[in-house]
Amino acid sequence: MEHQTAAFIIVIAAIFTNNILLSNFLGMCSFLVCSRQLETAAGLGVAVTFVMTCTATLNYAIYHWVLVPLHIDHLTFIVFIAVIAAFVQFVEMFVERFSPKLYHALGIFLPLITVNCAILGASLFLVIRKYSFTQSIGFGFGAGVGWALAIILMAGLRKKMGYSNIPAPFQGVATAMLVTGVMAMTFMGFAGMVSIQ
Amino acid sequence: MAADTASPIGCASCGGTGACGGKGIQTLREGVWTNNPISIQVLGICSALAVTNRLANALVMGGALIFVTVGSNLFVSLLRNVTPRRVRMIAEVAVIATFVIVFDQFLKAFYWDMSKQLGPYVGLIITNCIVMGRAEAFALQNPPLVSIVDGFANGLGYAIVLALIGVVRELLGAGTLLGYSFGALSWYTPNQVMVLAPGAFFTLGFLIALYNVLRGPQPEDAKP
Repeated sequence: MEHQTAAFIIVIAAIFTNNILLSNFLGMCSFLVCSRQLETAAGLGVAVTFVMTCTATLNYAIYHWVLVPLHIDHLTFIVFIAVIAAFVQFVEMFVERFSPKLYHALGIFLPLITVNCAILGASLFLVIRKYSFTQSIGFGFGAGVGWALAIILMAGLRKKMGYSNIPAPFQGVATAMLVTGVMAMTFMGFAGMVSIQ
Repeated sequence: MAADTASPIGCASCGGTGACGGKGIQTLREGVWTNNPISIQVLGICSALAVTNRLANALVMGGALIFVTVGSNLFVSLLRNVTPRRVRMIAEVAVIATFVIVFDQFLKAFYWDMSKQLGPYVGLIITNCIVMGRAEAFALQNPPLVSIVDGFANGLGYAIVLALIGVVRELLGAGTLLGYSFGALSWYTPNQVMVLAPGAFFTLGFLIALYNVLRGPQPEDAKP
């Protein structure tokens, strides 16, 4: 039905109306743990955006040009996760070799990305939603930016919350959840701007 | 044994909380209550939030996770003495992915509707930190039998929390339970927000707070 949706529309939709974190709940683990500091959050956000764009593209190519023609699409999961792990490893080596400075800035985040379910989720979504090649690139990029936006916003809010007097049982994760809920509600305000399935 | 969420890179060792020295019943208690994967270790909440808009989905997901943790714990434990340390991660992922594929194919073959509803979240069990965490923190150091118990306990702890969230969200969001509506609830106007994303966050937030109240104050709790 929406095969003709322009890649640009998908980028916008993936950032705002279908935010991968706030409407699909993906990448919550690192979202909760790594949103204590603004710098950490921003670094991780950039790394996730980059890896997600590239792995979505790679996985699209592998799924449609290798797995489907060979009728081995039941191996999708294992192939996708292997591609992601290998890609992250490759990026890590590449960055270490050519830009030690960037490596020190991003270094600790790269291994974390392998286990970030948002990355695998984005690849699985583009198969389920039957995106085209350009749409997949747009979706990977948009989802990454959306995730980065959410974690950066959260880091800002958490900084503020550090000065609040929160009842003991609600300290920590409980409040983080409630705040995320309010954020998800806010993002629902974007609904109707653009829509993808 | 508090969650290692205190350090900014804590998520590197998802579930590396380890220190589960107990055996048998002790292991079971830890997985279900004192070290519950969701409310204490805060692992695997992606799917806990995503598939709990209906109780039926939550139950199937809980079952899937029990199956995968038990299976992967058993095999990782059996292979623990022959797996070289350097490649253990990739070996664990391969074992986990195999079990996830088995479950996914089973759903597709016999419960197509459910498979479509759960969408990508069945595949995402692979990156569910609980499974990986238990394989890494427990099964690698323990004999197969205890590993099965540990996998079952953590899967069960996860499934119980999922079912609770599912009950709350379906009841408040749609006024039904497992698809059945109650005559006694006919006055209630379902609140759509509970089925949508924010409802999931609110429910889990309050559930964790409730758990904290029931468990009593803990000295080493992480600060927000």
